[in-house]
Amino acid sequence: MNNDKLIIGGHEFESRFILGSGKYSLNLIEAAIKDAGAQIITLAVRRANTKEEENILKYIPQNVTLLPNTSGARDAKEAVRIARLARELGCGDFVKIEIMRDSKYLLPDNQETVKATEILANEGFVVMPYMYPDLNIARDLVNAGAASVMPLASPIGSNKGLSTKEFIQILIDEIDLPIIVDAGIGKPSQACEAMEMGAAAIMANTALATAGDLPLMASAFRQAIEAGRKAYLSGLGRVLVRGAEASDPLTDFLHD
Amino acid sequence: MENDFFIDSKKLSQAALERKHKLETDPSSRSNHMEYMPDMEKIHSDVRDNVMSHMNSYDYHQYTAEDVRAALEHDKCTIEDLKALLSPAAEPYLEQMAKRARIETGKHFGNNVYIFTPLYIANYCENYCVYCGFNCYNDIKRMKLKTEQIEQEMKIIAESGMEEILILTGESRSQSSVEYIGEACRLARKYFRMVGVEIYPVNTDEYKYLHECGVDYVTVFQETYDTVKYENLHLAGHKRIWPYRFEAQERALMGGMRGVGFSALLGLSDFRKDALASALHVYYLQRKYPYAEMSLSCPRLRPIINNDKINPLDVHEKQLCQILCAYRIFLPFVGITVSSRESAGFRNGIVKIAATKVSAGVSTGIGDHESKYSGKETDSLQGDEQFEIADSRSLGTMYKDIEDEGLQPVLNDYLYV
Amino acid sequence: MVVINGKNADVAGTTILQYLTDEEYNIKTIAVELNEEIISKTYFANIVLKDGDVMEIVHFMGGG
Repeated sequence: MNNDKLIIGGHEFESRFILGSGKYSLNLIEAAIKDAGAQIITLAVRRANTKEEENILKYIPQNVTLLPNTSGARDAKEAVRIARLARELGCGDFVKIEIMRDSKYLLPDNQETVKATEILANEGFVVMPYMYPDLNIARDLVNAGAASVMPLASPIGSNKGLSTKEFIQILIDEIDLPIIVDAGIGKPSQACEAMEMGAAAIMANTALATAGDLPLMASAFRQAIEAGRKAYLSGLGRVLVRGAEASDPLTDFLHD
Repeated sequence: MENDFFIDSKKLSQAALERKHKLETDPSSRSNHMEYMPDMEKIHSDVRDNVMSHMNSYDYHQYTAEDVRAALEHDKCTIEDLKALLSPAAEPYLEQMAKRARIETGKHFGNNVYIFTPLYIANYCENYCVYCGFNCYNDIKRMKLKTEQIEQEMKIIAESGMEEILILTGESRSQSSVEYIGEACRLARKYFRMVGVEIYPVNTDEYKYLHECGVDYVTVFQETYDTVKYENLHLAGHKRIWPYRFEAQERALMGGMRGVGFSALLGLSDFRKDALASALHVYYLQRKYPYAEMSLSCPRLRPIINNDKINPLDVHEKQLCQILCAYRIFLPFVGITVSSRESAGFRNGIVKIAATKVSAGVSTGIGDHESKYSGKETDSLQGDEQFEIADSRSLGTMYKDIEDEGLQPVLNDYLYV
Repeated sequence: MVVINGKNADVAGTTILQYLTDEEYNIKTIAVELNEEIISKTYFANIVLKDGDVMEIVHFMGGG
C-alpha cells in the first residue's frame, strides 16, 4: 500500500483525487486542496480581462501539479491552441484535453480528442484526454500517446454517478494506462465504487462546488477514494448467489 | 521418469550417426538457440518479455485452495487467478472449474462445435526435434505430394462434406517452399471455405503472400516455453531458434492473417508453466491486436513410428482437463481445439465443457486419404505419419456424436473479406 | 484596428509590451497569441502591433 503510486507520464503521485477548481471562490481553493489531499488540480485557460482579476495561481500551493484543460475547444485545432497557450503560461507539460462540439450535453468529441492527443503527445505534453468510454477510441488514444484515459461517468456537472459503469470497467480491464474517472461523479460513494472497480483516480469538481461545506466534502471524497483503492487492492470478497448447481457431473469421463 | 527420445536407425551412415550422437551428447556442438539466423526477420515486441517474466516467476506451489476458490468466485479471471487455477491446489476443484468453464463457453460460443480436418502434404523435415516422428534422423517413408495428388486428396476430403482444412507440412523450406505451400492453399480455396496452415514459421512478407493465396489462419506450436528444455529437445535446424518461433503469430498478424493459433506440446517440460505461458502469449497478443481471432490447442506427447514409448508423462486427462478449464475461464473468447491425439471419450466430454473445435477424418500421414476414407488399397506411395492418433472417427461419425451430446456441429461459418 | 480578445482596439503602432503595460496586465500571469501564434514574453518589446492583427491574451482561471 505504501508503494501504491499513481503514475502519469512518468510522474508519481500519492493522491488519487484530482481536484477541479471551477465554480467556487478562489479563497476556498487552498482549503479544498488541503482537505482533498490533492496533488493535481485542474484549471481552465480564459481571456484575461486586464488588471482587476485575481491570479488563481496565488491560491495554489507550489507542490501541486497544475493540469490545465482545453475547455472551450470545439475541435482538435482549438484544443491544441489552448494547450500551447497553457504551456506558455508556465504550468508544466500536463494537459487535459476536453473537446465539446455539443453545448447541450457537453459530451466530448472522441474523434477530435484522438487527433489532439496525437499532436500534443508529439510536442512533449503529458496528455490526459477526457472521453466518452469507448474501447476502440481508448485504444486509439493509447496509440496516439496519451498518458492516461479519462472516461466520463455521467454528463459533466450532472452529479449522476456511474451511468457508464460497464464501459468504464471494460476500459479498466483492457487498457494498460491509468483510467481516471472524470465528470458526473456526484457523491463520495460513487467515487468509492469506481475505485473499487480498479479506476486509477477520480476527478471531481461540481460535486464539491455544489456541496454545502466544500472543504468537508473534499475530505469525504478523499476518504472514499482511499477506501475504494484499498478495497480494490485487497481483492473484493465474494457475493453469494442463491440457486442450485447443475447436478450431473461434467468431469466423470476423465481417465488415468 | 523422463521419456527416452533417442532412437538410432540402422539406415543412417556412420558419419550421420556420429553427427547425431554428438548433437545429443555434446551441447557445445549445438548452435545458439536464442540467436536469429540471418534470413530470420526480427520484430520489435514486448509480448515475449511480458509472457516470460510471468512464467519465470510462477511458483505454483504457493497457491492454496483459498486462492482457487477466490479465482472461481471472481467475475473476471485475472492473471493471478489463472495461476491459481493452473496450480496443483486447483485439482480438487476440477468439477467446479468445469462448471464455470461451461458457462463461459456457452456465453461466447453457444453450443457450437466446429469441425475441421488436417491435410499433411509433405513430411520432409530439416530439424532434429527428438520427440517428433518427422525428425530428420527418424527412419520413415518421406513424401511430398505433387499438385495433382494434393488436389486428389482435397477432392476426397471435400466429398466427405468437410468445409474447413488445415494444411500441414514437415518443417523443410527446401522441400516444401513457401511457393509450394501457397499453391496448395490456392487449390484448397477451391474446395474449402476456410484454409489454415500449420507450417514452419516464416517472415511477415511470406505470411502476406500466403494470405494472398487464401490462407487466413496460422497455427504455430511453441512446443515449450522453457527455453532451456527447448534447447535440449530441438537439437538442429531452423526450428531450433526459439524466439523466431515465438514471434510467428505476431508476424502472421502483421502479414494480414485474420487469426492465429497457439500451443505448447504438453509433456515436454513443466506443463503448468507451459500452460501459463501459452495462455499469456494469447492474452498479450490479443491486447496488442484486439481484432485478431485467437485459438489454443492442447496437444500431449504421443508415440511415434520407431518409438512407441513416448508418452505425456504427468499430464494425465485430469490435468489436461484442468488446463483447458483454466484457459476457458481466463480467455472466454478464444477458440479451443482438441485434436485426434485424444480419445473419443475425452473429446466427447471436453466439447461439453471448454473445447470449441475438433478434428475429424484425420490422417497424419501423406497421401493416404483415399485408402483411409474408402478402405480400399491403392498402388500409390504413401508417406509415414507424424504421430499415432487416438480418435479416428470420420466426419459423419463425429457429426452425429456431437449432435448426440446435444451440441451443434458447425462445418463452417467463415466469411472471407 | 487590432482585434484584442475579440474587441477592436485602436493600438496599431504600439508594441505588445507597451499595450500590456498601458492596460495594466500582470505580465507574469498571462500568455499572448498573435495571429494564432504564441508570442514568447521575451519578444513583447520587439513586436509592433499593426492593422488587422488578432491578439489573444489569456490567463488561468478555475475550471474542471
